[in-house]
Amino acid sequence: MIRYILRRLIWVVVLLFAVSFVTFVIFYLLPSADPAVLRAGRQANPALVASIRHQLGLDQPWYVQYGRYMKDLIFHFDFGFSYQNGMPVRQLIFSRLPASISLAAGAAFLWLVIGIGVGIIAAVRPRTKLDRASMGLALVGISAPVYWLGLVALYLFSSDIGLIPILPGANSYVPLSEDPFSWFTSLIMPWCVLAVSFAAFYSRLLRGNLTEVLGEDYIRTARAKGLSERRVVFRHGLRSAITPIVTIFGLDLGILLGGAILTETVFNIPGIGRLSYSSIVRSDLPVIQGTVLLGAFFIVFANLFVDIFYAFLDPRVRYE
Amino acid sequence: MPRLVEPSSGLTAADPLEFGAIAGRTPWQLFWRNFKKDKLALAGLVFIVLLVIAAIAAPLITKLIGAPPPNLINTDALDSFGTATGPSSEHLLGVDPLGRDVLSRTLYGARVSLEVALISTALATFIGVVLGLVAGFFRGWVDSGISRLMDVLLAFPALLLALGLAAACSLGDGCAVSTPLQAAGLATIIVGLLGAALALVRGRREMVAASLVVVGFGLIFVLLGTVFTIKIEPGAGVVIFVITLVSWTYIARIVRGQVLSLREKEFVEASRSLGASDTRIVFKEILPNLIVPIIVYATLILPTNILLEAALSFLGAGVQPPNASWGAMIAEATSVFDTAWWYMLVPGLALLFTVLAFNVVGDGLSDALNPRQEG
Repeated sequence: MIRYILRRLIWVVVLLFAVSFVTFVIFYLLPSADPAVLRAGRQANPALVASIRHQLGLDQPWYVQYGRYMKDLIFHFDFGFSYQNGMPVRQLIFSRLPASISLAAGAAFLWLVIGIGVGIIAAVRPRTKLDRASMGLALVGISAPVYWLGLVALYLFSSDIGLIPILPGANSYVPLSEDPFSWFTSLIMPWCVLAVSFAAFYSRLLRGNLTEVLGEDYIRTARAKGLSERRVVFRHGLRSAITPIVTIFGLDLGILLGGAILTETVFNIPGIGRLSYSSIVRSDLPVIQGTVLLGAFFIVFANLFVDIFYAFLDPRVRYE
Repeated sequence: MPRLVEPSSGLTAADPLEFGAIAGRTPWQLFWRNFKKDKLALAGLVFIVLLVIAAIAAPLITKLIGAPPPNLINTDALDSFGTATGPSSEHLLGVDPLGRDVLSRTLYGARVSLEVALISTALATFIGVVLGLVAGFFRGWVDSGISRLMDVLLAFPALLLALGLAAACSLGDGCAVSTPLQAAGLATIIVGLLGAALALVRGRREMVAASLVVVGFGLIFVLLGTVFTIKIEPGAGVVIFVITLVSWTYIARIVRGQVLSLREKEFVEASRSLGASDTRIVFKEILPNLIVPIIVYATLILPTNILLEAALSFLGAGVQPPNASWGAMIAEATSVFDTAWWYMLVPGLALLFTVLAFNVVGDGLSDALNPRQEG
C-alpha cells in the first residue's frame, strides 16, 4: 500500500512538472506580443522597453526564464504578480477561493443526491414510464448550456427582474462569514443551475451500470437467499455500480474547485472562475496562468485522492 | 467529456436461426432496420439534416423569408427609446440591441457551430484513432508515452486551457507555433531513434517498427513547422485547435482499449501466422473492426464540442464580432435579457435542440450498432 501511494506520488510530481512546463510554454513562449511593451504603457520608448525587459528577465534565454519561474513557484509558492491588479497572483486567487468552494460544494451535494437517486429509481424500474421520462429529462439536462440555463433561471426567478421573483438574483453573493443566511439564499439558484448537467450525467451513468450489475448472477443469488429487494439493490447492486461515479466525481469536483467559469460569470459570483474570465477580458496573463496552473493542481490531486481511495476499496489496484 | 452510458442487456447474441431468416441483408441494412425503430433518434436525425441544410442555405433562406442579412445594423428596427424590439412581421424573432435580425443571425450562427464542431471532431477523431492504434498495437514504451501525454492533457481544465490559449494568442499577432512544433518534432525524433536503437540491441523487431513510427511523427512535426509558418490567431482557428486538443484523448483511449483486445484475437493471430505484415494487420484486420466504435464515439463527442465552442464564444474567446455565433449571441443578450428575452431565448433554444438532436442520434446509433442491444 505504501509503495503504491509512493509510486502515485512520484507520478503526481512528474505530472505537475509537465503541467507547469506546458503552462510556461503557453504563456511565456507562444504569445507574439512582448510583455515588456505591454507593461511600458503608452509612452513606450525603446530604452524603457529594454529596461523593463531586463527587469523581468525577458532578455534571458527561455530555459533561464523557466528555471526562475519554477524556482519562484516551488520555493516561494509564487504565481507571479498581476500588474493590472497591483497584487500578487497568489493573494488574488486565495481571496477568491471561498466563493468557488461554496459554489462547488453545494452543487456537488445537490447533483450527487439527485443524480444517484434518479439513477437508482430508473434502474430498478427499467422500461417503465418513470424510467423513460427521467432518462429523457436527463438527456435534455446534459444538452443544455449551463450559462443559458442560468439566464433563464434569472429571468424566471430572480427577485429583481424575475417573472416569479422569489430568489436573490445575480450579484447577490455574500461570503459565508458575513451572513450565513444570505450566503445560502444567494447560492440556491447557482447551485441548482450548476448541478443540472452533472445530475443528468450521473443518473445516466448510474442507471447504465446498475442495470448491468442487477443482471449479474450474484444478484440472483442474493435474491434467491431471500434478501429484501432494498438490501439487494443497495448493499449488493449499488456498491459495485457506484465505483465509476467515484472516479468521475473526484475529477468533476477538482475541475469545479478550479473555478466554475460559466456559472460564476452568469451569476457574478466572485470566485476563481470569475477571476479567470475577467483576467482574460483584460489580457492579464499572469493571473490566467495562475488559475490554469491552480486548476490543474486541483485536478491532479483529485485524481490522486480517487486512486488512493480506490486502492483502499479494492486491493487488486495496489498490485497492478 | 461525453461518456457512453448504455446498459448492456446481458442477453446473448441473436438466435442463429432468426438470423437466417433475414439472410442477405448487408450490415448497413441491419443497422438501418434497428435505427429506424428508435423514433426519437430518427426525429433527431431529421432535425440535424434540416439544420445542415438551413446552415448551408442560410443566405438563400434569409432572402426567401425577407429577413435582412445577419450583420446589418438597423436602428430603425429599435423602438423610440433605442431598445430592441420583439418578434414582429418584419423581424420574425425580433432584433438585438443594434437592430440586427435575430432569426438571420441565428441561422448564420448555425454555420459557425456546425463548422467548428465538425472540423474539430473530425481532426480529434483522426488523431485519436492514429495515436490510439499506435499505442494499442505496439504497446511497450510507445504506449506508455502516449498514455502519459494524455494524462498531462487531461490534467488541464479544458475550458480554462482553451480560454488561456485564446487569450495568449489574441495579443499581438497571434501565436507562432512553428518553432515549438519544430522543437517538439526534434524531441520526438530523438526519442524514436533512441527507442529504435534500444529495440535493435534487444532484438525486438516489433519495437523497432514502433520506434520508426514515432520518428515519422517527429518528421511530420518538423516538416509542418518548417514549411508553414503556423499561427494560432483569435477566432475560429483557436477554437478548432483547442477543441481538437482536448477531445482527441477521448477517442484515443477508446481505440487503444479496443486495439489491445483485438490484437489478441484469433483472426489476427491467424493472419499473422499466414505471414501478414504489421501494416496489413492494422489496416485489413484491426481497423475495419474499429469503425463502429469510432462512429459511435465521434457522434457522442460532437455535441460536447458544439457546447464547448458555444461556451468559448460566450466567454468571448471564440468567433470574433460582428460574425454571429450562438454562444456570442447569448453573451450579448446577457446585459439585456430582462427586456429583450427573445435575444437570449432564440440562440439558446437553437443550441439546446441541436445538442439534444446529436445526443439522441448518438444514443440511437450506439443502440443500433451494438449487437448486444438486439432482441
